[in-house]
Amino acid sequence: MSLLTIKDLSISIHGTPILKDVSLSVAQGEIVAITGESGSGKSLTAFSVMQLLPRGTQTKGSIKLDGKELLNAPDGDMCALRGNDIGMVFQEPMTALNPLMSIGDQVMETILLHTDSSREQARQRAEETLARVGLPPEKYSLARFPHQLSGGQRQRVVIAMAIALRPRLLIADEPTTALDVTTQAQILDLLKDLVQDFGMGLLMITHDLAVVSDMAERIVVMRYGEVVETGATKALFANMQHDYTKALFAASAHQVALPENTPKDALLVVKDAIRDYPKPRTELFAPRTYTRAVNAVSFTLRKGERIGLVGESGCGKSTLTRAILGLEPLQRGSITAFNQRVAPDMPAALRSGLQVVFQDPYGSFNPRHKVARIITEPFHLLPNPPRGQERENRISQVLIAVGLHPTDANKYIHAFSGGQRQRIAIARALIINPELIIFDEAVSALDVSIRAQILDLIAELTQTHDLSYLFISHDLSVVRTITDRVLVMKDGEIVEDGETEQVFTNPRHPYTASLIKAAPTLPDVKALTDVSS
Amino acid sequence: MLRYSLKRLLSLAISLIIASLVIFLVIEVAPGDPASFMLGINAQEDTLNALREELGLNQSKLERYLSWTFGMLQGDFGTSYTYRTPVADMVQDRLWVSLPLAIYALALSTLIAFPAGIYAASRRGGLGDVSIMGATQLGVAIPNFWFAMMLVLVFAINLRWFSAGGFPGWDNGLFTGLKALTLPAIALALPQAAILARVMRSSLLDILNEDFIRTARAKGLTPRQALWRHALRNALIPVLTIIGLQFSFLLAGSIIIEQVFYLPGLGRLVFQSISQRDLIVVESVVMLLVFAVILVNFIVDLAYAWVDPRLRSRT
Repeated sequence: MSLLTIKDLSISIHGTPILKDVSLSVAQGEIVAITGESGSGKSLTAFSVMQLLPRGTQTKGSIKLDGKELLNAPDGDMCALRGNDIGMVFQEPMTALNPLMSIGDQVMETILLHTDSSREQARQRAEETLARVGLPPEKYSLARFPHQLSGGQRQRVVIAMAIALRPRLLIADEPTTALDVTTQAQILDLLKDLVQDFGMGLLMITHDLAVVSDMAERIVVMRYGEVVETGATKALFANMQHDYTKALFAASAHQVALPENTPKDALLVVKDAIRDYPKPRTELFAPRTYTRAVNAVSFTLRKGERIGLVGESGCGKSTLTRAILGLEPLQRGSITAFNQRVAPDMPAALRSGLQVVFQDPYGSFNPRHKVARIITEPFHLLPNPPRGQERENRISQVLIAVGLHPTDANKYIHAFSGGQRQRIAIARALIINPELIIFDEAVSALDVSIRAQILDLIAELTQTHDLSYLFISHDLSVVRTITDRVLVMKDGEIVEDGETEQVFTNPRHPYTASLIKAAPTLPDVKALTDVSS
Repeated sequence: MLRYSLKRLLSLAISLIIASLVIFLVIEVAPGDPASFMLGINAQEDTLNALREELGLNQSKLERYLSWTFGMLQGDFGTSYTYRTPVADMVQDRLWVSLPLAIYALALSTLIAFPAGIYAASRRGGLGDVSIMGATQLGVAIPNFWFAMMLVLVFAINLRWFSAGGFPGWDNGLFTGLKALTLPAIALALPQAAILARVMRSSLLDILNEDFIRTARAKGLTPRQALWRHALRNALIPVLTIIGLQFSFLLAGSIIIEQVFYLPGLGRLVFQSISQRDLIVVESVVMLLVFAVILVNFIVDLAYAWVDPRLRSRT
């Protein structure tokens, strides 16, 4: 008998149908993953089990936990179940904890709420639970506040709160999406261990097929609020039935065809670059102390080269990017682009050679400007910007080049999807034919199928426009396909620099090796198919 | 926490020094001769000289600044030119009216605003929320002197529960004093309460949308428990800022209400001494008010740290 049974669940919010006849089940001790792209309704399914749905939601169907109907159960009953029988872990550990409450109090709160234990007993149990999730009280005092912990540690606290009372069902909504790969691997291991120890059922929501294949025993693939395919992980990957599942898998494993390159003259030379940030003053008159964000970084990017820059959060890759764009000064060393010094006071002509595409397709445009104005923004860097018909021609050309239509120039940005916006961002960078483009996590916020399209676009533009670029990303699989050379950064230093394939198959630095090992990988479908046939 | 407090205290001292310099420079040094300004354009030369002598204007500026500040530190604010009494005594008398009035009004406004704001936020979009927000709109819109006159009309003239104005002093007992301050305090508190309730509500609504409230609900807390245990304290920070600003305003800005109720408060003292060109009183009272504002900010800073552990450990 299943622990959790969802049957024909339909949900609409203010009359708009969001979920259609979703059915799935989770048994005791089983890990079931719901996967799909954004808007597929996977998170809503999770929240409907908790009965924490937005206002104006109408539901139909049934959600049963051990035979007890949860759908439309009175909130009082649900409060008794939440935290006690069902625990939940969320995506964003940085904001999931109350910043004003110590971690001990937050874990104890779950215990005190559902049991009659005294504060002392609750404290003891909280200590045990925190120790179980890898935060032993000797090292991580219960009196610590969330801001004194890293993202991964905070996620452990959230997990401790969810499992303190050994719930029968744990729901994890993208529990590792906001974390670095090495931390992700640790948290996934922890969740697996807990399921095994406690015999909990785990319903996990994730967009990452590689994580799914590594964790789940069964998979539920969702699209547009419907379940398109479900089955045991290995069997499902070995024998994908639905076109969408196949497409999703193909997009996740997408390889682009990058044209051959023959590196020529040096475009960008970074030499012993050092960037220090002042720390906040702790004493009024004490001398300032500094954090070294970029420490003696040197590399050269030649014309035609496609270089990847990888590293975990806080490694200094964003700081280095800003210095290369001439947005921040260096404390020592130098950056030269096209034989001219890069610094915040550099001439506009130099800036026009260096363009950038940022991560967030929603936040990096002025919503009150039309597309034509947005993509022609770099023109102000030119001494004689094109006008009139020539300007129109350039706009049309670049929009066609990125796969949009010339008439899109007169629309506002809200009319476009995330992937289309990223195309517009590329058009903006491309319009003045820069020598070098910097892609700063340019595909990280996109769904896999869109990501595959954008990567194809970049490969195509490399061919047609003879692009050189620096591709900054935390996603190793993306960097592997889109670059010929890769730099691995750690604590402000470049620890490895080599040809991409070489670095991935045969890393020389132990840190690179640990990164590659921690990154979840897609199963080899061919091998699976051979075994099952 | 101790280090944090000491640092705030240091910045308080520095602010005071800067403020005293600015006030001194503006009033004593800036345009022309204070003595001729005080006496008007038709003053006789010997009267002017006598006043300059009395004010110590023939000393150097540094000497004058030092004697002014050190005098204040010892409680000597100089002598009023118009009333011929020590400024310190005048200020002290007025302070015993203005300070209790400000505290009284602030207490009332907090007592009204907190429950109103919390209730409105917890019933977002409901009838209770809409009516409270409507009422606060009205509270902000009504001029407080008009509201004060209405209070006098209803409670003093018709019902005869309170006297229409004046202050009997604290010598006649705490109750009598408080009773005389009640109507003015209500008149002052109403618009402040309306603003504070709106801030409380919007701050709470922001916090209620935060992820950690969802976490709290996932633990099994009811919406009400999540609001009281997790949201309220987080929502307090902008509210404390507003309370600090309001207190400074209530202390010095209640001149119209003091006029309506005929209260001998600080606001009236400033008004009178400006119109009588009594620069010594103006200077001292302004300095005192600056001190009060800085002190209130200091207390608000300490309150921030009490609420938010991130501030405590940043030092």
